[in-house]
Amino acid sequence: MLEITNLHAGADGVEILKGINLTVNAGEVHAIMGPNGSGKSTLAQVLAGREDYQVTEGTVRYEGKDLLEMEPEERALAGLFMAFQYPVEIPGVTNAYFLRVAYNAQRKSRGLEEVDPIDFMDLLDEKLKTVDWTAEILERQVNAGMSGGEKKRNEILQMAVLEPKLAVLDETDSGLDIDALKIVAQGVNNMRRPDNALIVVTHYQRLLNYIVPDYVHVLVDGRIVKSGGKELALELEAKGYEWVQEAGAVS
Amino acid sequence: MTLTSYLKDFEASAANGGGRPEWLMPIKRGAIDRFEALGFPDRKNEDWKFTSVAPIARSAFSRMAAGDTVPTEADLEPYLIGPPEWPRVVFVNGRFVEALSTVSGLPGGVTLGTLADAMAEEPEFVARHLSHTASVEGNSFTALNTAFITDGVVLHVEPNTVVEHPIHVLYLTDARVGEGATYPRTLVVLEHHARASLIESYAALHDGVYFTNAVTEVSLEAGSRLDHYKIQQESEQAYHVGTLEARQERDSHFHSLSFALGGALSRTNIYTVLDGEGGYVTLNGLYVVHGEQHVDHQTSIIHAQPSCTSHEVYKGILDDQAHGVFNGKVYVHPIAQKTDGKQTNQNLLMSPRAKIDTKPQLEIYADDVRCTHGATVGQLDDQAVFYCRSRGLSPAEAKTLLTYAFAADVLEQIPSRPVAQYLERLVMERFLGSREG
Ligand SMILES: Nc1ncnc2c1ncn2[C@@H]1O[C@H](COP(=O)(O)OP(=O)(O)OP(=O)(O)O)[C@@H](O)[C@H]1O
Ligand SMILES: [Mg+2]
Repeated sequence: MLEITNLHAGADGVEILKGINLTVNAGEVHAIMGPNGSGKSTLAQVLAGREDYQVTEGTVRYEGKDLLEMEPEERALAGLFMAFQYPVEIPGVTNAYFLRVAYNAQRKSRGLEEVDPIDFMDLLDEKLKTVDWTAEILERQVNAGMSGGEKKRNEILQMAVLEPKLAVLDETDSGLDIDALKIVAQGVNNMRRPDNALIVVTHYQRLLNYIVPDYVHVLVDGRIVKSGGKELALELEAKGYEWVQEAGAVS
Repeated sequence: MTLTSYLKDFEASAANGGGRPEWLMPIKRGAIDRFEALGFPDRKNEDWKFTSVAPIARSAFSRMAAGDTVPTEADLEPYLIGPPEWPRVVFVNGRFVEALSTVSGLPGGVTLGTLADAMAEEPEFVARHLSHTASVEGNSFTALNTAFITDGVVLHVEPNTVVEHPIHVLYLTDARVGEGATYPRTLVVLEHHARASLIESYAALHDGVYFTNAVTEVSLEAGSRLDHYKIQQESEQAYHVGTLEARQERDSHFHSLSFALGGALSRTNIYTVLDGEGGYVTLNGLYVVHGEQHVDHQTSIIHAQPSCTSHEVYKGILDDQAHGVFNGKVYVHPIAQKTDGKQTNQNLLMSPRAKIDTKPQLEIYADDVRCTHGATVGQLDDQAVFYCRSRGLSPAEAKTLLTYAFAADVLEQIPSRPVAQYLERLVMERFLGSREG
C-alpha cells in the first residue's frame, strides 16, 4: 500500500529525514517511536503533502502511484488521512459543517451526489458512537476552544467520517486521559479492516497495549535505526532510546 | 471649477420648481452655501486622510435623469430579501416607483411613505426632524445632499407600536441613461417604545458610472429600538457616499449593520449620539472588496450620558488591489460614567497588494468606564489552508471556507434570519466569482 524508499526531506535547507525506508501493507499496523525532534511529525507531514517540507531524494509510492506528485487534497481523496499532532483551529466553522464539506469533497471526487445536512446527521450519529461523543460536539467550532484531548478525539471523529485507507496518527494519544485513550483506541480498532492500514506515531507503550502494532520502528535523527515486533516497544520503554542509538551505531 | 457646476445645478433646479416646498428653501439654500464654503474634502482633512474624493469632485455629476424603461418585478429579484409580505419602497434614479412598492398592511401608528408626500401632507412633522440629526456643518456631502433634497423615505412609528416585518427600501440606479447623481434622503422617527427594522439597499439595475449621495437621519426616542441594515452593492464603477446619523434617547436600542460590496469608491459614515441614560448601540460592519475597489467606513459613537453600552465589530475582506479604510471613533463625555464600550476592526488581506488603513480612536473623559478597542490585519492562515486540504478540500474550497469563517460572527449577529441568509449568499457568490475571475 505504501512504499517509502530512501526518503530525504528537510525544511529551510536543513535536512530532517535522512533516508527513510518503510513499507506498509494493507491490514498492517506500524508504530513509529523515537525521541523528540527525530523527525516523526516531519515524516507524517511529508506524507500528507505539507509544502513547507522539501523532498530532496527518494520516492514514496501509495497504491502504485507517486504520492509525492499528488496535491494534499488528492492524497486525502485517495484515502490518506493524517491526524495532526497539533490540530489546527478554525474558528467560525462548526464541526458539523466542516465534516460535511470534507465528506462531500470525497463524494464529489467519486462522482457521487453530495449529501444534504439532514441525511448527513444520520451518518454522523453513527460516527459519534465511534468516539463516544454526543451531538453537542458538532455545534462546536473546529478545534477552537477545545481542550488538547478533545482536539485529538476530534481528529479521530474526522477519521471515522472519512474512512481512510491509510491513516497516520501523529501522537494522537498525547493529551488524552486514560478513559479517552481507551475510547479513541477502541474507535480506531473498530475502523480496522483487512484492506486498510495504520501508522501510529507515539511516545508511549501504553497506546500500543490497545492498538497492537505488527511492527515497531524507532526513528532517530531522521533514520529508522531499528525495527521489530510489538515487543520492541516494551524494550524501548525499559531501556530508553539511548539503547537503540548505541545498538544502531553498532549494527 | 466643478463646485460651480453643482451650484448652477442647484440654482437651475430651484428656479424650476425644485425648491418646493417653500418652507424647505431656506434650509436648502443654507446647505448649498455650506457646501460652497466647505468644498469637497481633500486629504488634508483628518476625516478623509485615506480616501481621495477627487474622482467624484472631478466628475461634476448633475442630477440623474429618469430611467428610460420602467423596471419590472424580475429586475428587482436579485435585490429582494425576505418574504413578499415585507413592506417595500422602491426608487429608481431618485424617483419613487409606485408600481413596485408595497406599503400597505402596516399597523396603525405606522407611517411609511415618500419624503415628497410627507413634506406636502405633514410639513410640521417633517420640518421638526429633517436636517436636525444630520448636520450640514462639517460634512460637505451631507450639505450637498440636503441642498438637493427632493425625495426619499419617511418612516414614523408612534409610541409603543411594533412594526412586525422589516421594511425594505431600495435605492436603485439605472445607469443606462448616462452619468448622474442621486440624493436619497431617509428619515426615521421612532417614538417612545416603538420598534422597527429598516433595510436600505443601494444597487444598480444596470452598471455604469454614477454617484449616490445618501443621508439617513434616525431619531430614537426613549425605549425604542431600530434594527438598521445598509446593504451597499452598487455598480463597481459607481461612487457612493452615505451618511447615517442617529440620536438615541434614554434606553433606546440601535442595531446597525453596514454591508459594503460594491462601488469603485464608497464611503459610509455611521454616527450615533447616546443622548440618554441606558442607551445601547451595536455598530457592525462587513466589507468585501476586490479588484481596485476602495471602501471606507467612518463610525462615531458619542457617549453623552451615563450607563450606555456600545459594541462595534467591523470586519473587512480585501482581495486583489482593493483598499479599505476604517476609522472608528468612540468619544466618552466627562459625565458619561459607567460607559461600556467595545470596538474592534479586523481585516483579512487575501492578496499581497490589498491594503487597509485602520484607525480605531478612543477618547475618554470619564473615569469610571470600561472601554476596549483594537484592530487586526492578517492573511489567511497557511496552516488552516493545509488542514482543510488534508481533509480533501481544494485550495479554492479551503479559501472560501476560511474566508467565510472570518466573516461568520458578524453575519451570525444579524437579528433577521432572511437578511443574514441574503448576505451570506452575496459573500459566497463574491468568493466564487473572484476565484473564477
Ligand atoms: N518547518 C520546519 N522548519 C524548520 N525546522 C523544522 C520544521 N519542522 C520541523 N523542524 C525541525 O526538524 C526536527 C524534527 O521535527 P519533528 O516535528 O519532525 O520531530 P518529532 O519527531 O515529531 O518530535 P516530537 O516527538 O517532539 O513531536 C526538529 O529539530 C524540528 O525543530
Ligand atoms: Mg511530532
